[in-house]
Amino acid sequence: MSAPEKTALAVSSSPHAHSGASVRGIMMDVLVAMIPAGIAAFMFFGWNAIRLILVCSATSVLAEWATRRIMKREAAIDDLSAVVTGVLLAFNLPPSLPSWMAAVGAFAAVVIAKQVYGGLGYNVFNPALVGRTVLLISFPVAMTTWTMPSLYCAGMDAVTTATPLGAWKTAWSAGAAPEGFFAAFPLSGLVTGNRPGCLGETSAIALGLGAIYLLLRRCIYWHAPAGFFGAVAVISASLYALDPARNLPPAYHLLSGGLFLGAFFMATDMVTTPVTRSGQLIFGLGCGLLTMVIRRWGGYPEGVSFSILIMNSLTPLINRATRPRVFGTRSKLA
Amino acid sequence: MDPVIQHTILIGMAGLVCGALLALVSHYFAVHEDPTVEALTAALPGINCGGCGYAGCAAYAKAVATENIGLDLCKPGGAETVAKMAAITGRTASAREREVAVVLCNGSRERARQAALYNGVADCAAADLVAGGGKSCRFGCLGFGSCARVCPTGAIEIADSLAVVHPELCIGCGKCTGACPRKLIKLVPESRSIHVLCINRDRGPDVKKVCDVGCIGCTLCSKACNNEGIKMDGFLAVVDYTVPLNSPEIATKCPTKAIAVRPGVKKEAAA
Amino acid sequence: MTAIRAPFRIRGGVHPHDSKSATSALPVETAAVPPRLLVSASQHLGAPSKPVVKKGDAVLRGQVIAEASGYVSSAVHAPTSGTVKSVTSMLTATARHAFVVEIEPDGQDKWVEPLHPMADWTSAAPRDLVNRIAAAGIVGMGGAGFPTQVKLSPPPGKSIDTVIINGAECEPFLTADHRLMLEQSDAVWLGARIIRHILGASRLFVGIEDNKPDAIAAMEKAMAGADGETGVIILKSRYPQGAEKQLIRSVTGREVPSGGLPMDVGAVVENVATAAAVAAAVTRGVPLTERVITITGECVKNPRNLLARVGTPISWLIEQCGGLTGSVGKVISGGPMMGVALPDLDVGANKTTSGVLAISRESARQFGSEPCIACGRCVIACPSGLLPCTLSEHIEAEQFDDAERISVLDCIECGACAFECPARRPLVQHMRQGKQTVLTRRRAREAAARGKEERK
Repeated sequence: MSAPEKTALAVSSSPHAHSGASVRGIMMDVLVAMIPAGIAAFMFFGWNAIRLILVCSATSVLAEWATRRIMKREAAIDDLSAVVTGVLLAFNLPPSLPSWMAAVGAFAAVVIAKQVYGGLGYNVFNPALVGRTVLLISFPVAMTTWTMPSLYCAGMDAVTTATPLGAWKTAWSAGAAPEGFFAAFPLSGLVTGNRPGCLGETSAIALGLGAIYLLLRRCIYWHAPAGFFGAVAVISASLYALDPARNLPPAYHLLSGGLFLGAFFMATDMVTTPVTRSGQLIFGLGCGLLTMVIRRWGGYPEGVSFSILIMNSLTPLINRATRPRVFGTRSKLA
Repeated sequence: MDPVIQHTILIGMAGLVCGALLALVSHYFAVHEDPTVEALTAALPGINCGGCGYAGCAAYAKAVATENIGLDLCKPGGAETVAKMAAITGRTASAREREVAVVLCNGSRERARQAALYNGVADCAAADLVAGGGKSCRFGCLGFGSCARVCPTGAIEIADSLAVVHPELCIGCGKCTGACPRKLIKLVPESRSIHVLCINRDRGPDVKKVCDVGCIGCTLCSKACNNEGIKMDGFLAVVDYTVPLNSPEIATKCPTKAIAVRPGVKKEAAA
Repeated sequence: MTAIRAPFRIRGGVHPHDSKSATSALPVETAAVPPRLLVSASQHLGAPSKPVVKKGDAVLRGQVIAEASGYVSSAVHAPTSGTVKSVTSMLTATARHAFVVEIEPDGQDKWVEPLHPMADWTSAAPRDLVNRIAAAGIVGMGGAGFPTQVKLSPPPGKSIDTVIINGAECEPFLTADHRLMLEQSDAVWLGARIIRHILGASRLFVGIEDNKPDAIAAMEKAMAGADGETGVIILKSRYPQGAEKQLIRSVTGREVPSGGLPMDVGAVVENVATAAAVAAAVTRGVPLTERVITITGECVKNPRNLLARVGTPISWLIEQCGGLTGSVGKVISGGPMMGVALPDLDVGANKTTSGVLAISRESARQFGSEPCIACGRCVIACPSGLLPCTLSEHIEAEQFDDAERISVLDCIECGACAFECPARRPLVQHMRQGKQTVLTRRRAREAAARGKEERK
């Protein structure tokens, strides 16, 4: 009699219907959305792209599995979140980065940024960005060595170069505008992805395609990206209007660096960003503001990762400040 | 001057100034605590279980010192604490008998029937809201361990979906009695060893349908002790803990083995 | 007077598959009287009724077998004539125990005499009509089961200007109200007018979701030429459109204040089945002893809409529909969003049982214990403007004071949040546990405060 009879019915709290959504499904959607950017990465950076994506995702999954085992927690690799973290991290790395460094980054992303906090859902900071930051601090040279993209030819002897934002900042720290900047970095290259930069961040068009997919699948909402792009556009346009020689045109700010990748794939990460849509807008605006401050006045040429990490830490505060109005009450504080 | 000496003097002076400041601050801003309260707090066990009804040992000590509160409220402390507190306050008091908790249900997974497969929050209060967690008996232990989670000493074990108190670990704080949504846990004098482990008030046939070890209201036990020690309350036999009941044989009278003889911490004979 | 679109929208909500096609075209059939009736004495919100019959008593249909035991309580009547077999505590269709009167029908189905029809209700005093409704044991038949006479007796100082008859039926699968509006639109409309008369309200609306155009047409036809400010309000099909406070908001734009009642904003909402029952009680003198129940779901062989006696065992109702088929996972009393999963089918249908739903093991949802991933879908779905994700985390951590601070008591348990949750967290169960604990603590606090007052 211990086990209920064959016909035993299940009892649970209402509701008994479900939309069918699952964490795994959402992660799968994110992976699908990253396919175009992955293809672009392969087109411009060749086998390095495949190598880094494989190393990062494999290390992430292995690290996730091992930590959960050591911490005696239920295995959770089938929710695919570790794969997403791995691929996102790979997208944030320079193509020439040695594999072992990438593995260190992936380990830091999963173990330090995620599992130590309790696993998916409990992490405060975006794991992939923590991984990237750890690498940037530990291996500053390797993390800022960029190769020229070359369509379809995997170059082991790739030419070292600078990213658009990097070139601009280096030249201006010497006191003048870089020569031939606009010829070296035509806007068309920024749109298609034919420019130096991190693996997955260069192709605005591919990232945009992925973003449209995520928006249609309701995996992300437009608020955070809109805030992010909006703030960057307004601030960069104002700066450009004040001093066109010293500041890059807004189009360059929007299309270069990691803005597309950050705004669509990392400022929209569910766990580390606000739950309310107004909060997501504020989050995006904050990211945009911080990004522009770092790019224009900070020591680094690029500020998307840092701005998202800083805003991650403000997420609980934004959630609290943007609580919706409770039905039947006047103010949200009632 | 040698820089070493110079620095030694400098740092020494800085230390002196800071020390003097600290001394002044501690003198002028000192919180004056009643020495009686301090002594009473020290006399209490300091586990802050809240069983006395106050928000911790210090709060109870303060209440004893300032109001005319009984000295016998500390259950974990027992006679020793009462004696210490009596010495401090100069009052006289005798300790109550120490109490331990007992879960009045014996319907583990093997013995009690499960009507349905429960899927939901693993918490007794939450499960009680959903068809009683699927358990057929609406009085019985749900086995999700809400009592065990509030127990400050880890005295409650969940075995086979049934909560069992280990009396030697129980300090009698009574937190578990409030945590059980079915009010199954009772504090009883620790010397008592005979318990009716069931609170099902339904008629015998209905009880039998849901559990092998429930009280079916047959009255054999209450008759065996001449209605003293165990009394009938409707269809349920209830132990009267105010009346001594010293015959373990009475448990053998129960046809469903709803009466258990659980050794108290102190042996019955010694009591 | 034509049907108009609802002028306001609800906040949040979800759009589950409506699954009504299995029974929406099937006319209501009258079910036979079963060999055994299990009539619960607690079919309403409030104090359980007190059984007034005992084992062996002979009862007639419409005879009171349990009387109201307080102001918010309701009478229960014998659904047919027969013999009382037992009066014991048993499981009921709410998955809780209550006193149940078990009746063995004698097959005569003889009414208690005499019934008191009322020829002209328009000149009757509201008080008399309310007494009739109370005597007929009418409760809100949409699900909550609030005693109707209480709703129709606003305390002095509260004036009601709007009556809304709820035909939204936003729960998936259920078609009982839909069929009732099609087949008994005149009775519904009559009941609606009686309610308006009792409350002295100036406005009377019938709210119907736009996925039931035939019901909208039928009600419009019945209401043709009506006096006063009346109309069918076409609601957007969105769950929980039919929740009381949400319906008032859609129709009038008014928001029932947090912790308040519809009468605080001058509105009263009654379900269409309740309206029909009011009409029967007033004009024919008939107490509430039967209702339309939709028996459906993928595991029911032949889904039907049945007019069944109160107390008809759920198992018997399912047999009338050809029995169960396939691997049955769950049987639900009510709809899939707010219904109650039954551990046992030998329970009698209540006055509030609008549907019986049998779903397979595969489609019976499984709750998990995964952590929240903060996707915010529940926040978007919540019609009350709460943060279900944060609330459930507070309650899981037993931080009940925090849960109270962020308005757990404003949850209407509609289930929109848990419907959307990708981590499949049992959000509604958390809310129920939280609400219960918060209320218990609040009562304890108040009792303690009172005790302190007295000691002073």
